[in-house]
Amino acid sequence: MSTTDHAGPAETAGTARPDRPEHGQDGQHGQDERAWRGVAAEKDDDSPQQESLVLRSQSRRLLGELLRPYRRQIALLVTVIVVCNAAALAIPFLVKVGIDSGIPPMAAGQGPGTLVTVVAAILVAAAVQAVSRQVFLRMAGRIGQNILLELRRRVFGHFQRLSLSFHDDYTSGRVVARLTSDIEAISEMLQSGFDGLVTAVLTLVGTAVLLLVLDAPLALVALLPLPVLLLFTRWFRRQSSIAYRRTRETVALVIVHFVESMTGIRAVQAFRREPRNQEIFAGLNVDYRDANVRSMRLIAMFMPGVKLIGNITIAAVLLYGGWRAIGGDVKVGVLAAFLLYLRQFYEPMQEISQFYNTFQSAAAALEKLAGVLDERPAVAEPREPVALERPRGEVRFEEVEFSYLDGTPVLPRIDLVIPAGQSVALVGTTGAGKTTLAKLVARFYDPVAGRVLLDGVDLRDLAEETLRGAVVMVTQENFLFTGTVADNIRFGRPDATMDEVMAAARSIGAHDFISALPEGYDTQVGKHGGRLSAGQRQLVAFARAFLADPAVLILDEATSSLDVPGERLVQRAMRTILADRTALIIAHRLSTVETAERVLVIEGGRIVEDGSPDRLIAEEGRFAGLHRAWLDSVSEGSGAPAGRG
Amino acid sequence: MPPDTDPLEQKDSKDSTADDTAGHAEDARPVPAAPPRRRGLTSLWRMRSYLRPHVTRMVFIWLPALVATGIAIVIPMVARKIIDGPVAHGDTDALVPLALLALALGVLEAGLIFARRWLLSDVVLDVETRLRDDVYRHLQRLPMSFHGSWQSGQLLSRVTTDLSVIRRFLGFGILFLVLITVQIVTVTGLLLNMYWPLGLLVALSAAPVVITSLRFERGYIDVSRRVQDEQGDLATVIEESAVGIRTIKAFGRGRHVAGLFGEGADKVYRSSMEKVRLSSKFFTFLEVVPNVTLALVLLLGALAVGSGSLTLGTLVAFTTLMLQLVWPISALGFILVQGQEAMTAADRVLEVLDTEPEIVGGSGEIERPRGHLRFEGVEFRFPGAAEPVLRDVWLDVRPGETVAIVGATGSGKTTLTSLVPRLHDVTAGRVTIDGHDVRDLSLPALRSLVATAFEEPTLFSMSVRENLTLGRHDATEEEIEAAIETAQAGFVHRLPWGLETRIGEQGMSLSGGQRQRLALARAVLSRPRILVLDDTLSALDVETEILVEEALRHVLRDATGIVVAHRASTVLLADKVALLLDGTIAHVGRHHELLASVPEYRALLSAALDDDPVPDTGPDGETGLGADMDLDSEGALR
Repeated sequence: MSTTDHAGPAETAGTARPDRPEHGQDGQHGQDERAWRGVAAEKDDDSPQQESLVLRSQSRRLLGELLRPYRRQIALLVTVIVVCNAAALAIPFLVKVGIDSGIPPMAAGQGPGTLVTVVAAILVAAAVQAVSRQVFLRMAGRIGQNILLELRRRVFGHFQRLSLSFHDDYTSGRVVARLTSDIEAISEMLQSGFDGLVTAVLTLVGTAVLLLVLDAPLALVALLPLPVLLLFTRWFRRQSSIAYRRTRETVALVIVHFVESMTGIRAVQAFRREPRNQEIFAGLNVDYRDANVRSMRLIAMFMPGVKLIGNITIAAVLLYGGWRAIGGDVKVGVLAAFLLYLRQFYEPMQEISQFYNTFQSAAAALEKLAGVLDERPAVAEPREPVALERPRGEVRFEEVEFSYLDGTPVLPRIDLVIPAGQSVALVGTTGAGKTTLAKLVARFYDPVAGRVLLDGVDLRDLAEETLRGAVVMVTQENFLFTGTVADNIRFGRPDATMDEVMAAARSIGAHDFISALPEGYDTQVGKHGGRLSAGQRQLVAFARAFLADPAVLILDEATSSLDVPGERLVQRAMRTILADRTALIIAHRLSTVETAERVLVIEGGRIVEDGSPDRLIAEEGRFAGLHRAWLDSVSEGSGAPAGRG
Repeated sequence: MPPDTDPLEQKDSKDSTADDTAGHAEDARPVPAAPPRRRGLTSLWRMRSYLRPHVTRMVFIWLPALVATGIAIVIPMVARKIIDGPVAHGDTDALVPLALLALALGVLEAGLIFARRWLLSDVVLDVETRLRDDVYRHLQRLPMSFHGSWQSGQLLSRVTTDLSVIRRFLGFGILFLVLITVQIVTVTGLLLNMYWPLGLLVALSAAPVVITSLRFERGYIDVSRRVQDEQGDLATVIEESAVGIRTIKAFGRGRHVAGLFGEGADKVYRSSMEKVRLSSKFFTFLEVVPNVTLALVLLLGALAVGSGSLTLGTLVAFTTLMLQLVWPISALGFILVQGQEAMTAADRVLEVLDTEPEIVGGSGEIERPRGHLRFEGVEFRFPGAAEPVLRDVWLDVRPGETVAIVGATGSGKTTLTSLVPRLHDVTAGRVTIDGHDVRDLSLPALRSLVATAFEEPTLFSMSVRENLTLGRHDATEEEIEAAIETAQAGFVHRLPWGLETRIGEQGMSLSGGQRQRLALARAVLSRPRILVLDDTLSALDVETEILVEEALRHVLRDATGIVVAHRASTVLLADKVALLLDGTIAHVGRHHELLASVPEYRALLSAALDDDPVPDTGPDGETGLGADMDLDSEGALR
């Protein structure tokens, strides 16, 4: 490694640096942020403003799809809420009737007949309101929960279908955010805003009509400020939608930083990262607070603003109504009812604003979910999948090319046939393209050109289930799921019996350590398998792959964490496991390669050597060199001269 | 999180906000470490200290709130004055001043509401922000044992959902509880004053509301707790399906996982429906009571007017005023529920804040650390475990010396190394550096002495530079370069933005070997007296490994080293080897001595030394690979 190599980039990095504030004493986290977060090719789902039109139509479509099954019920719901509101509106009206027509006859000694009727009517109205309200709440609740359930399933299922290239960019943190906090934002709207809005709009319209019926001139005075109100509401809606997006973006950053530092707490503590972390967190926290302050202040302006308009109107109605009452044009009861209705008229405006709050957050969330649902899997399911009865495991690359999204070629062109049952080791330096080759066989990615065939069938024509039944890849990343050791081994074949699970574990040499665990195969593996050591996790992952019994097994650095006895057991097991199946083995440790019948040396995405290990060693090429280096590295310790390699 | 609902001006907010706590994904599963505590009110009361800096502002919030409430009550009285005065007497002159009074009051009310909301937003958000900072700070202090037993989702829900519930109640809930009480009392008082028999009737109608609220709360809290639990389980499925997506894809188990998720989502659905049923009943009831009361008031009021003990105008005012009670009475029930939820949230937050960190630093510092590390009779057992992982471990590592720890998978090697920087604490015996018990040293002092390169390195979603300088923020460019060189991590310069490139989950993804090299560079860069390498080279290819080992030899010359090793090549970095057997250090010696004299050691390391002329290994095959192969399998291979 020559330092001159690095001089250029290092200098650039150096010049990019001076603005970086010293640790612990900067208040300007804004500038600082780039320094610690670093630069990345943002594939941001926090959509910039100009894209929002497209996204909105996406989310409108999604909303439409979600609501369609409930069209009838929603119509019914509106009826119910109309009834409910009619009943609610009737009550003050009935009070007015009671005062105007029920009391005078009583005072005149004509008995309480009218009044009793009115009171009974109020009670009936109250009962109707109660029943219809209850019906509404339940129905709306059920529809809301159904939609939520559907949305959850749909988004989750879609995330599962999307290809790994998508997940590489999108990252798990965002997946979690989408499926939890965004779904919740929508849930909040479904639970609250909906009836608030319906009630508000209906009350608004109903009250306006009632006012007009009661006394048209007075009603016109009362309704005069309406246009102002509409303009004001529109201003608020726009502002709050901007504020809302900002809130969601900032809270997402808080969450991501929080989760990451809690997951990585070991490194945080070991490297005394706490003060710096605290500083970053406080900065994000302040950003979130400011975004929240902004949206709360908007409400602080809007709510009293509506109140102000309402109060001014009340004063105007009092003046005008009082004047006309003095003239005898308006009855006292009408004036009283007017004042009651005016309250009902302006209160819904507050509700509409409230609805917009939840609506804005839900809309922002829906945009993001719709964006996810609009993603097409780069590795798509075939329209007409080809069945593969008994996969033999012959793998064929035909003029396969692969490059990353940015155009960097990884595999310029590969032609390769791996006969069924052959074990092939892929050897080469980091970044040579070994893993890419393996991932193409597992169809984690699709080639840019050419085809990859399994038993003569293009992988793109195989249904996912068929393909995964035939090809399994074990990587360094041995993710264990919450559950027992047995559950995890069974992951690849859920119908396996306990005996089969144990047989699989035994055959790769994991049985002993599993039996020694406190509850054997029923031991819970803990958060992300945390109760097991790295090596133990790898053994469980091996057992899992073995139990899945695929025709093609891909091992990508699958033994790196094993200690020597573990590796030895696995190697011994592999001779049986790999006997009748195709295998692609990637390993830095050539000891793992020894099980292979054929070695492919890859360099710069090309196969530079191809042959049996013995032959390649004899040929004194790249592999022979690697092999010698490896022998040196392992025999160094013996003090004996390097073997006869 | 939506901006806060203001119940005074928001009739239907009750449905939304009451469901709010349950409305967030979180994990409320039984927490192993924390004892269940339900102190509710006390917990909430303890949060008051966060309001203390805002006392003055709180006065300016509460005063306008009270005054505005008063005005809301007064405006209808002005209306009554107009109806009973100018309208009744045909007095046009008196009309204008009264109407202007109504206008002035209306403007004032709006202005006061504005002032209250504006000021309140600052206060409550500041409280929430500081609480969140404090919880985060505390969590960073809590040891690994705590973090191992808590799902990160559980912690997350506490700093998001629970804090906003508390914020909402401290800011709005308490204020409105008081305001509503004041409003109800005042209005009732006015009603009593206007015409006491009807006033009494109205006052009594509050009783069923309070009683039902209290009864409802119990059931409601239970069911919303259940929803939280189930959403927590769901969140776990989500998190695992996101993090483990590669494994799921590799086995084509997407449908299976989606099935699991579906089951969880169904559970949430059922419990949510139960909650819907429960709350729809309750909230309906809250509306029925005032309506029935209103009917009674009209009936009795009419009788009173008939008997001449009440004027018509007073009855109009009475009913108008009474309608103002409809909402506060039902809001009372809602706020009581909200208060209950805030108490639960405060409980949950305090569960974290009250967890005493088991690992607290001492005050000592070592003036001139030499790095003499000793394990003296060390025992370690995980909390609740019957058997210790490590017992009676004695090991002496002199300054500058390097010891390799060798042991079978799961024998406790990583645990042993984690005792030095006190990521875990010994359960018996002690670990000393230069004669100081590590527990006597301050944590920053101790942890700047020790740096660990972990086998599974944690990279944060930050720039390469930030990741590298994790342990030493003031490292110079040259030092960074040297560390990169040592770890053979020159690839970072070829990343799109060099050292400024964001890596980690949200940035460039790196291979296992690249991550390990960065972790190594990070450890080296912090220039520790004691360098711990926890199988740091396992994912490197042979060529790189040789280069890294070469460079590490220089680093380890100056520092005391602990090297966890699976392979002979790594063991050779060390001056001597400690063999971990059955939880204790059974043998210490040089590699060759152990290889020759200890069969267990040979078993652990010899296969990597295929050509090692160990007598009991038979002559191996022509390939020169796999000394331990039996002939049959070799035959099968050919």
